[in-house]
Amino acid sequence: MTAHPVLRVAAKLLIPMIVVFGLYVQFHGDFGAGGGFQAGVICAASVILYALVFGMHAARSVLPPAAVRVGAALGVLLYAGAGMAGVALGGNYLDYFVLPGGQHAGIFTVELGVLLTVSSTMVLFFYAFAGRARDIPGEDG
Amino acid sequence: MSLDPLQILDVALLAMLLVIAIAVARAINLFAAAMLTGVYSLICAVWFLVLDAPDVAFTEAAVGAGISTILMLGTVLLAGPEARVLPLRRRIAPFVAAVAAGGLLLYAVSDLPPYGSAATPANSGVGFEYLQRAGPDTHVPNVVTAVLASYRGFDTLGETAVIFTAGIAVLLLLGAGRRRNGGAQ
Repeated sequence: MTAHPVLRVAAKLLIPMIVVFGLYVQFHGDFGAGGGFQAGVICAASVILYALVFGMHAARSVLPPAAVRVGAALGVLLYAGAGMAGVALGGNYLDYFVLPGGQHAGIFTVELGVLLTVSSTMVLFFYAFAGRARDIPGEDG
Repeated sequence: MSLDPLQILDVALLAMLLVIAIAVARAINLFAAAMLTGVYSLICAVWFLVLDAPDVAFTEAAVGAGISTILMLGTVLLAGPEARVLPLRRRIAPFVAAVAAGGLLLYAVSDLPPYGSAATPANSGVGFEYLQRAGPDTHVPNVVTAVLASYRGFDTLGETAVIFTAGIAVLLLLGAGRRRNGGAQ
């Protein structure tokens, strides 16, 4: 029950920082290295670390597999929707100049879509792999 | 050959990659092999950083050294910790295939432009125009982001769709986790 107290405390300290760093990479991608793809992987890593330390059962109750599946599809939909918004406003597909916020809004939206799809799919991969293994015991494993 | 410190670093990093690649190929313990592929990716990331490609290095470090290693470890968990050692005669065909593929790649290297050349397609094609226009067009300081999300937005949509498709494929192959195993206490 109280196995690996050092791991648990370290993970509790690290996971918020990993999420904040992921969001920083996401929203700072316009200015420095990074973007939706990298941020998505980093955010997924925080969930995976949680699952490794606290067990799959706890991770599944924090982030249900159904939500992950919806998130993966929603990201692509958001990206494609940003493209369709350009068409609806009289431009070409994925033309950001006609959007209300211009290029910045377009890049922001599609990067958000990439973040959603990448992070959800990476967690989905992990759930699929770890769900097959017999022993990633958690608190109640 | 001049003693450019960056080139020495390049050679040192590539030599480390070679050593790790041989170690991965020779490893019998699959846990060690999985961890070594993570190390391989991390050194790749350092090398990309030396080559002034921080965005690529970032992706390699996050995906190659991070997620891929975890998925490899997950696979090791399913497949068992040790590789089966095949008899020598059954190792000849894979060895020949690997050497042939490596030889073809080395042969293709002779077609690449010289290291740092100004006449590469990346430097002589549209790349330069992106660098000039990205600032006034998009007001995004990081040209890589501007190219990926705006100029080549359609490509990135395709990449996102590829990742989504991979997710669906994994769901179809492995199932959505526990549900099908029925708890497996």
